[in-house]
Amino acid sequence: MINENLVSNVVTEPYKYGFVTDIETEKISKGLNEEIIRLISRKKDEPEYLLNFRLKAFKKWQKMEEPNWADLGYKKIDYQDIIYYSAPKQKEKKSSLDEVDPKLLETFDKLGIPLTEQKRLTNVAVDAVFDSVSIATTYKEQLAEHGVIFCSISEAVKEHSALIEKYLGSVVPASDNYFAALNSAVFSDGSFVYIPKGVECPMDLSSYFRINSGDSGQFERTLIIAEESSTVSYLEGCTAPMFDTNTLHAAVVELIALDNASIKYSTVQNWYAGNENGVGGIFNFVTKRGKCLGKKSKISWSQVETGSAITWKYPSCILLGEESIGEFYSVALTNNLQQADTGTKMIHIGAKTKSTIVSKGISAGKSSNSYRGLVKMGSKATGSRNYSQCDSMLIGDQASANTFPYIQSQQPNSEVEHEASTCRISEDQLFYLQSRGIEFEEAVSMMVSGFCRDVFNQLPMEFAAEADKLLALKLEGSVG
Amino acid sequence: MQEKMTGKEPLLEIKNIFASTEDLTILKGVDITIQPGEIHAIMGRNGCGKSTLSKIIAGHPAYKINQGSITFKGKNIKSLEPEERAKSGIFLGFQYPIEIPGVSNLEFLRVATNARRKFLKQQELDTFEFEDLVKEKLELVKMDYAFLNRSINQGFSGGEKKRNEILQMALLNPEIAILDETDSGLDIDALRIVASGIKKIANKENGIILITHYQRLLDEIKPDFVHVMANGQIIKTGDCKLALELEKNGYEWTDQLSQDS
Ligand SMILES: Nc1ncnc2c1ncn2[C@@H]1O[C@H](COP(=O)(O)OP(=O)(O)O)[C@@H](O)[C@H]1O
Ligand SMILES: [Mg+2]
Repeated sequence: MINENLVSNVVTEPYKYGFVTDIETEKISKGLNEEIIRLISRKKDEPEYLLNFRLKAFKKWQKMEEPNWADLGYKKIDYQDIIYYSAPKQKEKKSSLDEVDPKLLETFDKLGIPLTEQKRLTNVAVDAVFDSVSIATTYKEQLAEHGVIFCSISEAVKEHSALIEKYLGSVVPASDNYFAALNSAVFSDGSFVYIPKGVECPMDLSSYFRINSGDSGQFERTLIIAEESSTVSYLEGCTAPMFDTNTLHAAVVELIALDNASIKYSTVQNWYAGNENGVGGIFNFVTKRGKCLGKKSKISWSQVETGSAITWKYPSCILLGEESIGEFYSVALTNNLQQADTGTKMIHIGAKTKSTIVSKGISAGKSSNSYRGLVKMGSKATGSRNYSQCDSMLIGDQASANTFPYIQSQQPNSEVEHEASTCRISEDQLFYLQSRGIEFEEAVSMMVSGFCRDVFNQLPMEFAAEADKLLALKLEGSVG
Repeated sequence: MQEKMTGKEPLLEIKNIFASTEDLTILKGVDITIQPGEIHAIMGRNGCGKSTLSKIIAGHPAYKINQGSITFKGKNIKSLEPEERAKSGIFLGFQYPIEIPGVSNLEFLRVATNARRKFLKQQELDTFEFEDLVKEKLELVKMDYAFLNRSINQGFSGGEKKRNEILQMALLNPEIAILDETDSGLDIDALRIVASGIKKIANKENGIILITHYQRLLDEIKPDFVHVMANGQIIKTGDCKLALELEKNGYEWTDQLSQDS
């Protein structure tokens, strides 16, 4: 047997983003009711239609049951014990980055996301979200020259109201599921992207979500619209301090791709996972969905999920437009007592639509890692094709992995192909590498990154390096 | 028993080793001393403990050493991790090289080579320098460069796996090489390639242990000593004539010896 302690040392790297920023925040009182929702809406100075959107969502949510079909076990969440709005206190309207609280800038510096003009990343525009609000967006003006809109969703509500009214909730309706309904009722901020017709976005766009306070949930909402023949690559990163309580994160992401447009959405999720005994950590319940509205449009999700106590997440594609393409590339690593239930839905509606699913789950410690995916071929999806490949890797013999592929086809003239495999890193494989002078932890990490290669190859350059580093970090320990 | 080159510090000294897995004692008091420059052959029936002996020298975690010592260049290595043993110059060519999907053979060879070089305080090689080195070594084992772009041993034929082992040995430049049935299952051409690979690395400083069933390898590489193993012990040691005797008479006559002991 592989030495369990050794393995768990190797896959347990102290969480280095666990610090708390000491900053004065404005929080509303705990609990959730209609008054709270009106208060959030008022704070954000929202138009009537948005308040109605929220209130309708709230009514639906109240009638809904929390889902329990996912392969997860956790203590019931008390929704009245959460703060639904928390924002760092700062000047009403920040006209430039210089007016952003230096403590916040410092926080993002520490996270490796410098925001100031001198230090900011050169090839990526960043929207930095701290608890409930977006505090800064870089390269806004440069992007505007190309007609690209990149701002916080709060700002978009004010400045680009027509787009918000048209598209918000058009992909993920408020009634979609329990957590989407909750998000629709209380969402506080998030990012908004609009790429006009024919424009190839000149740089990658990214949002960085930081949860700072322990008792407030984060409910952000992202909306990306790619007009005809436009392309954009969007990256999302997240971290949170280490609290011994669980923090709820329930986000909604909606993507819309019109004719010939292409959206690539990549996530590296490294929320705090709780300690080795399963105390603390983020509950990550996220609804991500893209609609390929246009002909030959394409939406590609890639994700590297390494954090959170619980992850419940199924980035999906609705393939409406003829010959549209959906892709899902995923690496999910769980350790200790982490639980992940993740996968995708590919809903083929248009003819000759294609989808590809590549999922790699790695479970170590006593964690459990499930892939859950649905491929649906609608009655009009003639000549459509899906290829799915779901591989699981187990490290040690206390971890578990499950694969739940669901296939529904109403179209005989379509193809669905599913492959699955499970492997365990064996003592003899590790010994082979070690007997050639390779350290135990490096041996594990080599095997893990080899296992993930198909997915890493899909990540944008900057992210691929980051993801490899992150996995290596997670796999690096105090051995030797 | 082995009087050659006394006075010099032995390269590898295995003294009265008892080793077991959870519920089975496999080695029951093994002694072998290897001086620099010596080639030893170990022969014996399947299941007598040859591979176990080779794996405990390399530090396999599945076996427990209950008694005895293993000394490499004067240092007790019993508590060293396998990677530390490897870096310091112990090499095991596996009887059954395992497949490691997803890990590129080239990357693996480079990391391994550099780990050894670092230990030897030699400069580590970048990808280009390593490519030059590995091409030269590939020549030695007559392997195609394409093998390097595949995952470690994945889908390799038996002979290719064995040649990959010799390639690793050539890159790592060990001081003690234990080759566990590297010749089993090879056709005549492959056997020659493997034998010439072994001969290339054999020198006055190195020690080599050949675990084999066949005289044909020992025709190519003359051992200084031949040990016969049975039931977890070395029951007879001789020179290359002993191997010929075994070839002629089989292992049966050794059974008597093992019962006597
Ligand atoms: N890891 C192990 N677990 C259980 N039994 C083992 C293990 N390794 C070896 N053995 C047993 O020990 C004996 C010696 O095996 P081995 O050293 O492989 O023999 P040889 O290489 O001489 O054929 C055999 O009976 C084998 O089944
Ligand atoms: Mg053997």
